[in-house]
Amino acid sequence: MEASLLLIQLLNGLQLGILLFLLSAGLTLTFGIMDFVNLAHGSLYMLGAFICASLTQLTGSFALAALLAVPLTALCGLLIEMVVIRQLYSRNHLDHVLATFGLILCLDTIAEIVWSPAGIAIALPDILNGQLEVLPGVVVPVFRLLIIAVGLLAAAGLYLLVNHTKLGMLIRAGASNRTMVGALGVDIKTLFSGVFAIGAALAGLAGLLVAPIAEASIGMGNEIIITAFVVIIIGGIGSMKGAFIAALLIGLIDTLGRSYLDDIFKLIMSNEAAETAAPAISAMLIYLMMAVILAIRPQGLFPASSR
Amino acid sequence: MSETKLKNNSKPRPLSFWINAILLLLLAVVPPILFITGQPFWLDVFTRLVILALAATALNLVLGYGGLVSFGHAAYLGLGAYAVGIPTYHALYGGMDAIASFNGFLHLGLAVLVSALFALLTGAISLRTRGVNFIMITMAFGQMIFYAIVALENYGGDDGLTIDVRSEFPLISLDNPLTLYGLCYLSLLMALFIVYKITRSRFGLTLQGARSNEERMRSLGVNCYRYQLVAIVISGAICGYAGFLLGNFSTFISPEMMDWTRSGELMFMVILGGAAFLCGPIFGAAAFILLEEVLRDVTIHWHLPFGLLLILSVLFFRGGLSGALDRLRSQGDKP
Repeated sequence: MEASLLLIQLLNGLQLGILLFLLSAGLTLTFGIMDFVNLAHGSLYMLGAFICASLTQLTGSFALAALLAVPLTALCGLLIEMVVIRQLYSRNHLDHVLATFGLILCLDTIAEIVWSPAGIAIALPDILNGQLEVLPGVVVPVFRLLIIAVGLLAAAGLYLLVNHTKLGMLIRAGASNRTMVGALGVDIKTLFSGVFAIGAALAGLAGLLVAPIAEASIGMGNEIIITAFVVIIIGGIGSMKGAFIAALLIGLIDTLGRSYLDDIFKLIMSNEAAETAAPAISAMLIYLMMAVILAIRPQGLFPASSR
Repeated sequence: MSETKLKNNSKPRPLSFWINAILLLLLAVVPPILFITGQPFWLDVFTRLVILALAATALNLVLGYGGLVSFGHAAYLGLGAYAVGIPTYHALYGGMDAIASFNGFLHLGLAVLVSALFALLTGAISLRTRGVNFIMITMAFGQMIFYAIVALENYGGDDGLTIDVRSEFPLISLDNPLTLYGLCYLSLLMALFIVYKITRSRFGLTLQGARSNEERMRSLGVNCYRYQLVAIVISGAICGYAGFLLGNFSTFISPEMMDWTRSGELMFMVILGGAAFLCGPIFGAAAFILLEEVLRDVTIHWHLPFGLLLILSVLFFRGGLSGALDRLRSQGDKP
């Protein structure tokens, strides 16, 4: 295996990990502070992608569209929170799951009506469309580097927000004792809405970053949301640090597994058997990893200490 | 003897008993009549309905009576369907001589065994967690099988397997839609009987005890884990059997059968009908499938009103159809 190829695969894995983190961060926020399970989080990811695609066509500028799409997705999230999600906080997790499942059907269909069942590609400006030689012999698409950079920036911003602002203090306080925060006179309702909107913005950001590579399509969120669940299960549910580390881990393992598992298998079995088994096993790899980690640590790698 | 005596002395049967009986009777009579009077389409709808009701009944054992929110039951449906598809595929196109066969008993045995084994393995790990973790983990395991099947290019991968041959049994032919419906219907009755017997047994009562208060059961010296695991395995096996029927019904077997949204639909059938009511899942499946057919007729965007109804049912219709029935009855009982 070539070193430059490995490096490219590592970058791809990092990019997937970053996207997974943006998604699981929203899930972690809503779960950590509101004890709410949101299956429809993937739909917000899809909305982010579609909104950005439309705005790119409208304004002709991807950068402008991306800047507008994030707050617009947050607005969609806010609307959804106020109409549906808010009624559910007092219910049990089963009700959360069922209602947000219904929400997925609605949002997917609305996207199908507003946009098209076919999906929309986003054209990138020339600067982002190019390749960059990061090391001699290692050529990487510029946009992938941008995804990694933006994702890391968002993660850093989130870290600052949660740990060094007043809102972050309330978020942390809410995560450890919701009732107490409410009793201390904090407007819990607004706090919850705000947190939900932040989660939606992060999901939208992930969606619009993926769209130029994979195009915006109906149901695009329903596949990746399960992987995001695996991330927060492995990381320890409700833990932001756990989500970050697990997201990178899963991104790398999934990408490397898909590229190199057949080579590894060929060392121990016949070529033919390896070529049949490798795709199936590499598709299952992250779930097998989840199973192993849970068998050893049912609470995940970095369980949120306050719960 | 004493049992018959007890029955003679007992109160008249409750309203819900008669409604359940009428529902089962209708399911026995109406679809065949529709078929004979030249509406084969509706027989297909009802066959699907009965198969999904069977799967939902299996899920009800875990979700309703056991209180374990399993979000991965579609995986068993898929495993059961592929237990029909893969041996038939090899019997048609060669390879894998050990399982290449049209024999229905082999298909059935494989479906039940593989599902039970998958339930045992994943259940053993999932049960180490509770609450949200359990929901997400069962979901992830279900999706794991989905992706594994998608990756198996030999069996069509994403596109699925189109196999126009059904499992072969002595004496009966599943190619006859009425025979197939009959088999599905009898299987549903059988599953209802099994679940009924289980819930009345010591095992079932322990399972329900663990649902309402696991701590208390544990301090009584009961190993809840073992009971719950057995319930998951039984449920998985029955659901795998439903998959075997589904594989024979559709003859087009695709990973789409085990997508996680299918698991969500099964859960909805259980909750819509009323969890922990014996016939609840049948009501749920009937409401779900018939609503789907009606809305599909009205608009191609039927998912939108459908999703809205699902949300509304969670918000305002707690306890499901059976629960509503119960409330109705208790109101009627008031002087």
